[in-house]
Amino acid sequence: MQPTNQPADAGGARAAGAARSGTGAGTRAGTATAGPARSAEAAAEQSSALVLHVNGTAYELTLDHRTTVLDVLREHLGLTGAKKGCDHGQCGACTVLVDGRRANSCLMLAVAQDGRHITTIEGLAHGERLHPLQEAFVERDALQCGYCTPGQICSAVGVLQEAADGFPSHVTPADAPQGGPVPLTVEEIRERMSGNLCRCGAYPRIVEAVHDVSTDQGVAS
Amino acid sequence: MKPFGYLRATSVEEAVRAAEGRPGARFLGGGTNLVDLMKLGVERPGLLIDVTRLPLDHIEELPDGGLRIGAMVSNSALAAAAPVRERYAVLSQAVLSGASGQLRNTATTGGNLLQRTRCLYFQDVSKPCNKREPGTGCPAREGIHRDLAVLGHSPHCVATQPSDMAVALAALDATVHLHGPDGDRSVPVTEFHRLPGDHPEQDTVIRPGELITAVQLPPADRGARSRYRKARDRASFAFALASVAAVLDVRDGVVRRAALAFGGLAHRPWRARAAEEVLRDAPATEDTFARAAEAELAAAEPLRDNGFKVPLARNLAVAVLTELAAPPARG
Repeated sequence: MQPTNQPADAGGARAAGAARSGTGAGTRAGTATAGPARSAEAAAEQSSALVLHVNGTAYELTLDHRTTVLDVLREHLGLTGAKKGCDHGQCGACTVLVDGRRANSCLMLAVAQDGRHITTIEGLAHGERLHPLQEAFVERDALQCGYCTPGQICSAVGVLQEAADGFPSHVTPADAPQGGPVPLTVEEIRERMSGNLCRCGAYPRIVEAVHDVSTDQGVAS
Repeated sequence: MKPFGYLRATSVEEAVRAAEGRPGARFLGGGTNLVDLMKLGVERPGLLIDVTRLPLDHIEELPDGGLRIGAMVSNSALAAAAPVRERYAVLSQAVLSGASGQLRNTATTGGNLLQRTRCLYFQDVSKPCNKREPGTGCPAREGIHRDLAVLGHSPHCVATQPSDMAVALAALDATVHLHGPDGDRSVPVTEFHRLPGDHPEQDTVIRPGELITAVQLPPADRGARSRYRKARDRASFAFALASVAAVLDVRDGVVRRAALAFGGLAHRPWRARAAEEVLRDAPATEDTFARAAEAELAAAEPLRDNGFKVPLARNLAVAVLTELAAPPARG
């Protein structure tokens, strides 16, 4: 894969993005003009200009269509928190949040995410203050080598939101009340985190860490 | 991966027009299967037509009491939708038994129906495969086929259709709505996926350039209960070895209506019509359920290493039907 990266480096992309990040409408309009080809003839182009909002910063990029969100993050923006484990959506190490929902960034073509808001592990802390899930992973020692940890934590952020939004899982009882948050039992956490593999086998501590935070947020049981 | 063009469609018409006359074009939904297959070299499109921003992401209540599910509704949204959970529990359960949370957030209803087999030979471009390269042969017949078909396979292909969702849709008598160069048409989901026969390269009856726009569910049978159960090699995030989708209406100990479909056994969701014949108007007993499952599975032709699927599917069916026939728990 040989992406065409127009900005000279990640810093350049950041500067261009920062200048635009306060003007939502401007960014959208810019996207429409510079965005992917409309006509069938222009569809023969192999790269497109697009905007990705990553951790609150808008990045204007021109990318080969083959570029995945994971490759943009790691190779173009210098955000190496999301990891390339299997590169086939089977391990979860690349998990990020796209418009607030967790997804495998290795299976997402960047051009198709034009205009979307992406949050990576680098975007979870507030300054020096870690995200509660980051705190809990440290507190519970929920890792060994750490390679899967950014994906585990981003996935857990997604899990908490999905449970709060009432998304059922495979283990949610069929007669569970609908319309409110789903209580995150240990069984629920195990099922919902099944898309994130840990070759070190830190699962028991990972489940504890997620349970700690869900308890604090009132969605545990 | 081969370079490709990209077009973001703003209307169904535009998407279909862009695909017309371009056999190398593919519609891009969530991409969870297509992008993976592109990385593997199995799919090599010249143009991707992104349909994810089309206004097909709603679930609509129909006047007859049915539901119309837009093709771009995510698997997560479908499984969580109140009318689906309340009236079509089997569908919510089937979707939630597949893939991972990340994948379900991304994958679409239309894309789920069109996902390709996970047969190892199909996914490995260094191996022959009649589905990927017609005429090259099927090493799975004599090779690794523990996960593959026991029903309806052909000398040319023993692949299984991997979708859980499609199995529930088959039991629910859902309809697939398509829009193509010749306009709109609808296909019952039970006829949407093909058996491999002489043309395993064709998974479905979809025609070149046709786009799935929606899946429609008929009104739910209010007296019936439904359930999906899946057997797999690990507790979560694995494809089915065998699965069962069942809708059962029992009155006074007698089966009034039953719909049964198997997953993981064939090239398409396997609607169990022979089993339904046995069930109709029969006493709702374990004995009836066993006879029904056996009537259906009598047609099974297991391969060397997948014979275990036949008793597994039988037992799943008996267990699910028995559970559905029991009076609902109080509370």
